[in-house]
Amino acid sequence: MTPSFKTRRRNGLLSALPLLLPAYAWLTLAIFLPLSAMVYFSLLSDIAPNAPSPSLTIENYATFFSDPLYATLLWRSLVLGLIVTLACLVIGFPAAYVLAKILKGRAREAIFLLVILPFWSNSLVRVFSWSMVLREGGILDTALNAVLPFEVTFDLIYSYPAVVIGLVHSYLPYMVLTCYLTLQAIDDALIEAARSLGASRLSALRRIVLPLAMPGMLAGSALIFIPVVGSFMEPRILGGRNGTLFGTVIEDQFTAVYNWPLGAALSFILLAVVLVILLAAAPVLRRTA
Amino acid sequence: MMRSSSLLSGLGRVYIGLVLVFLYLPLVIMAAMSFNASPFYQLPFEGTTSWYAALASNEGLIASTLNSLQIAVLTTLIATTLGTAASLALFRSDFRGKRALQALLFPPIAIPWLISGTAMLIFFFGTGIGRGLHAILLGHVALALPYVIIVVSARLQTFPRELEDAAASLGASRWQTTRKVTLPAIAPGIVAGALFAFAVSFDQFVVSYFLATPGQTTLPVEIYAAIRKGFTPEINAVSTIVILFSMGLMLIVSRFFRFAGDR
Repeated sequence: MTPSFKTRRRNGLLSALPLLLPAYAWLTLAIFLPLSAMVYFSLLSDIAPNAPSPSLTIENYATFFSDPLYATLLWRSLVLGLIVTLACLVIGFPAAYVLAKILKGRAREAIFLLVILPFWSNSLVRVFSWSMVLREGGILDTALNAVLPFEVTFDLIYSYPAVVIGLVHSYLPYMVLTCYLTLQAIDDALIEAARSLGASRLSALRRIVLPLAMPGMLAGSALIFIPVVGSFMEPRILGGRNGTLFGTVIEDQFTAVYNWPLGAALSFILLAVVLVILLAAAPVLRRTA
Repeated sequence: MMRSSSLLSGLGRVYIGLVLVFLYLPLVIMAAMSFNASPFYQLPFEGTTSWYAALASNEGLIASTLNSLQIAVLTTLIATTLGTAASLALFRSDFRGKRALQALLFPPIAIPWLISGTAMLIFFFGTGIGRGLHAILLGHVALALPYVIIVVSARLQTFPRELEDAAASLGASRWQTTRKVTLPAIAPGIVAGALFAFAVSFDQFVVSYFLATPGQTTLPVEIYAAIRKGFTPEINAVSTIVILFSMGLMLIVSRFFRFAGDR
């Protein structure tokens, strides 16, 4: 990199525009305008979408605050997001560490591929496959009863733990991937230097590896937390009646109850909460980046 | 020290093995159950291929599979083209507000799909765009765009800017430079971005679910409907095929591109 090349003036916005415009136009049509429409819709009174002269109201937001059920469900969804994210972190980080720092060559490549391969398989199908594992008379139940001398009833299907297991299974590859990418970028010489200066394995991990891997852990956490708080398909398939969450209530408004304005208001509240959490995490992200 | 580190690496291997068992156990069981005669997954296991045979006459599943493939291919083409163009423009330019403009690319990832999906439903319904395959395609491209831009931009980071200057100083036009110098150099990034786009679309359930209509639906939406109805042995069969297809595709591609990033 000779400095003389860097003096070349880069293009301004105007010449970049033709190449940028298609992508932004598409996002406007499919994301920004729909979000604006949703905000408007959330302020409409509950009538059929095509009815003439709908009136503006904040009634839908008032519904959220007057019925404690909604806040309870929102809280439940946030807690679920936290549990799943932490579980993915605890399971995924060591796996990424083994991949990046212990395995070498072909073994690393093959196992890395195996870990991220499920990302390319259908998530719905993967969630559904757990229902065959967790049900009474399913594989785990049969296997446990064949091995254990006493009778056990193993029936996790339609329970909260089943939802957590299915979600962790779905999102674990994201965490392994993002942690692996940051861990791989850490120079082994740094760790060796710390070790040769007398740092124990644990303190080298705590004071060098963990801080340097923080961006990957945070990126993975965001990639997992955001979809999980809005999940509704996994709780429906694996949680049954115990899987009622904020996401399933929103889905109901659009597909069963047909109260779109209330659904829009609830969606917007969820969006606001997610954005607040992301903004709160932003300074931490910036400090570690 | 030597001994403790080999012990540690042994433990590490065992741990990775356990993680892989966790990731693949349910898939293996589902594949096994697709060959089990009992429609209620009763054991003992009794082999049959009748569920696969039943698939061949299930017109709804076949039609929705074709829809899914068609939308995934179109999404890949459109999102990769638009995304690569935008990445190039952002790479080559510098202007006030560039970071803010870049941040605007991320909402499709930063917003739960449930919210994007319901917002699209409201907007498309209200403006007369309507629901159906065209609406699903509109949504999928928007969801896939940020992935393409992230992957292609990452690749561009390693591309030496001077090469474009050199080509230009030798008299190549901007388009010639792009086509003969830049695009070949970042081709692995473009292919990886295209793969992400395909995966995002082919796997996408949430947004499709809100935009599908009874006649115009995708495979995940059709599978979800069947699961909710409760009859699923054929679903096991089609799921097994879908998983083998997408994983096989990835395996083939990975033979050409190293994903582990060993340098």
